[in-house]
Amino acid sequence: MEQFFQVLLSGLATGSIYALAAIGFTLIWQAAQTVNFAQGEFVMLPAFFLLAGMHFLGMPFWMALIFGLLLAVFVLGFLFKRVLVDPLLKHGGLSLIIATMALAILMKESVKEFYSAEAQPFPEIVPNGSWDISGVIVSLTDISHLFISAVIVIGLQLFLNRTRTGRCMQATAQNPGVAEILGVNVKRMVLYTFLINGVLAALASFLITPVYLAKFSNGEYLGLIAFIAAIVGGFNQIRGALAGGLLIGVLDNMTATYITAEYRQAVPLLLLIAVILFRPQGLLGTSEGREA
Amino acid sequence: MSNKVMSVSNVSKRYGAIQAVDDVSFDVYEGEILGLIGPNGSGKSTLFNCLLGQTRPDNGSVEINGHNASGLSPSKLNKLGIGRTFQQLSVFPEMTVLDNIILAGQEHHGSMFSRLFGAPDAGLTPEADRLIAFFRLEHLRDEMAGSLSYGQQKLLDAAMAFMAGPSIVMLDEPAGGVNLTMLGNFKERLRTFNKEHGTTFVVIEHNMEFVMSLCTRVLVLANGAIIAEGTPDEIMNNQMVIDAYLGG
Amino acid sequence: MMTKRNMWLLAGLIALILAPLGQGNYVVYTLCSWLIFSMAAMGLNLTLGYAGQISLAQSAFMAIGAYTTALLTLPPAEDGVGGLGLHWLVAMPISVFAAFVVGLIIGFPALRVKGHFLAFVTLAFTTLTFLVLRNEDWLTGGTYGLVGMPRPDFGFFNTGKQLRFYYFTLAVFVVFCLLMWGIIRSPWGRAFKALRENSIRAESLGVDTRRITLLAFAIGSAAGGLAGSLVAPLVQFIEPGSFALVHSLKMLLMVVVGGAGFFFGPVIGAGVVILMPEFLRFTEGYYLMIYAATVIVLIIFCPKGLIGLGEIIRNKLRKDKKVRGDMDKGAQL
Repeated sequence: MEQFFQVLLSGLATGSIYALAAIGFTLIWQAAQTVNFAQGEFVMLPAFFLLAGMHFLGMPFWMALIFGLLLAVFVLGFLFKRVLVDPLLKHGGLSLIIATMALAILMKESVKEFYSAEAQPFPEIVPNGSWDISGVIVSLTDISHLFISAVIVIGLQLFLNRTRTGRCMQATAQNPGVAEILGVNVKRMVLYTFLINGVLAALASFLITPVYLAKFSNGEYLGLIAFIAAIVGGFNQIRGALAGGLLIGVLDNMTATYITAEYRQAVPLLLLIAVILFRPQGLLGTSEGREA
Repeated sequence: MSNKVMSVSNVSKRYGAIQAVDDVSFDVYEGEILGLIGPNGSGKSTLFNCLLGQTRPDNGSVEINGHNASGLSPSKLNKLGIGRTFQQLSVFPEMTVLDNIILAGQEHHGSMFSRLFGAPDAGLTPEADRLIAFFRLEHLRDEMAGSLSYGQQKLLDAAMAFMAGPSIVMLDEPAGGVNLTMLGNFKERLRTFNKEHGTTFVVIEHNMEFVMSLCTRVLVLANGAIIAEGTPDEIMNNQMVIDAYLGG
Repeated sequence: MMTKRNMWLLAGLIALILAPLGQGNYVVYTLCSWLIFSMAAMGLNLTLGYAGQISLAQSAFMAIGAYTTALLTLPPAEDGVGGLGLHWLVAMPISVFAAFVVGLIIGFPALRVKGHFLAFVTLAFTTLTFLVLRNEDWLTGGTYGLVGMPRPDFGFFNTGKQLRFYYFTLAVFVVFCLLMWGIIRSPWGRAFKALRENSIRAESLGVDTRRITLLAFAIGSAAGGLAGSLVAPLVQFIEPGSFALVHSLKMLLMVVVGGAGFFFGPVIGAGVVILMPEFLRFTEGYYLMIYAATVIVLIIFCPKGLIGLGEIIRNKLRKDKKVRGDMDKGAQL
């Protein structure tokens, strides 16, 4: 039983980080009908920005953290939208999807060639150690991950629901035509969405990378998990992506501990196929637009 | 009156607070050219979409040639004998005119199997050529449809709707964006086809002159409901219709 | 009379016949793999270029083809993983059929839903296939894979030598092209194209969109199975890594680079991916990077790929020479 709680907790902790990537994925899907197949690489890359800041520019850790975050927002948010998404949106979703696939390869190969093909140690951001609560070993890292992710998600929700800009962004996602008529600067809102995705990807990156070490190929699995979380939860809503991320984190850990380590990766995939078969709108999804 | 080919009963569709189509019922009779007019936002496009399987109505039913056609997909409706055109240009731009027309007929010929192993044109070239000639597109037969002028594409769109020998053809704003000379030609072709084949037409149109000179009977829609029905002459002199247009 | 197109095709065929002469084994091997990947990519082109759906499972279908062929043609083993010792001519159709059926099975649910769900389902499927190949070593040899698949012997023509195997592959390629050409110009092919260009219009003309998309995908998958069935005897060593997701992505990009929806587009695309690295040795590890960047630039500026680019250039050169004959008549309509 003690083990069960430990596995559950660490599943939720990892899942909450998956959820960050999945929420970003969902947001830009809503705002620009962009299925970003490079989302996993978006989570892989900021860790290397941070490392580069520390090792090449000699920054202290906290400064490299800010540097990595800002660079990620610029490259994965602004540049991604301006250079790739904007010119391709008119060609339709298919071209854009394929372009993001090529982008994924490009990012992966660039890191491999310009940084390193080897896994790099990555500084742990949150405190190490553990508490022993009546036999259950509670990892401080897990608790911190869960806490930080929760703060980010709640902050995002508050921003979207309580601020004018956030509400404009929601209106844009639901119906750009109507939003435009109501005087919303639709283009700007879409850009904000991409920037937020950059932030979410960077934060997910800084949290998850200490677990996996920084490696160019990290994005493959992370990306897959982000899509699956988004689809399983319900493609067009934030709480769906959140629930999907947590569910997959827990399932993943449970399978590895109790069932099979060999087929650990297969579980989310089977879940995906089952959801598409029996509930294509996602577990929490409705066929209507976004519910934040 | 002759036979009913289509019978629409109590069709309604609501979008949020807007009742786009409100309990509409009417019949379509064999061989007639029925016009469906109404001011902008009167619900005629929504009604059309409900009849053509693009939108699912909230309630009501549609019967075509005695078959219940409610909730059928566009391809099934087509198999039941409904041909249609689109408001926006709807040809296959990177296929030749001939291929466009053959495509419009091929799914009605042979089986899935024979369409893979049989003749590449499904034996439809002669028939397609007749239709191309009927719409006076012979000189464009082997051109890519996308290279045709707007008016020519409209003609091709209509020709495709006729290819499978439908019993009813639904025309969605056929006159939109077509120049006057071309429009006269188009109207004359439609009328000739109607006379020669006895095909029934249902036409949605803004252009009042076009509707009044083409149709044999006209329905007027306002705020999602039918407010008047009659011959073009009767409609043009109907005070309610005039009010609906001027007031709306 | 010979049309211009047929002359080009004949010239291409002659070039393919002459290409390997006087070349070393490695070059001939690369040419074989080019032809094989061309077939897989042409199959994928049916799914992507014609039916407009993204499949990320082409490498999984190649795996199905390769492992099926391997298990059927390998000699029975006293210990370890062995096969049935059948002839390739028996194994190949079974492999192709297996890929076709699996294509139908995974395509059916995915294509019920509008949107790009096929991309996700096939993504999952490729990863699952990889896991099964790696973990079920009693059947697949696990990470060690399967070794020593025999090359087909047709009595009068043994394909054991590299050059002979090339001509064997070329013969399969030619037959495959003829079959594909037959499909493309049949009413099915017309429906595929119609779907790509305007699916709503196609549906209103009686085309059963879902069924046609599914068939395009399943036929494309079968082509992947065929390619796999040739990879097994070519390489004579298959392991899960050769069929990982990245290879599916590569094939998808082959189709896009060559020109999705153009019959021979994928052949050019496969050439870029398989042959070019041989000429661009000096780029070393940067090749894939340069390639990916080129793909992005190409998609942005020329979504129709290299063939489309060729057309644009040709049209620019000819622009003033040709005035459309129907223009004056057209104005009257």
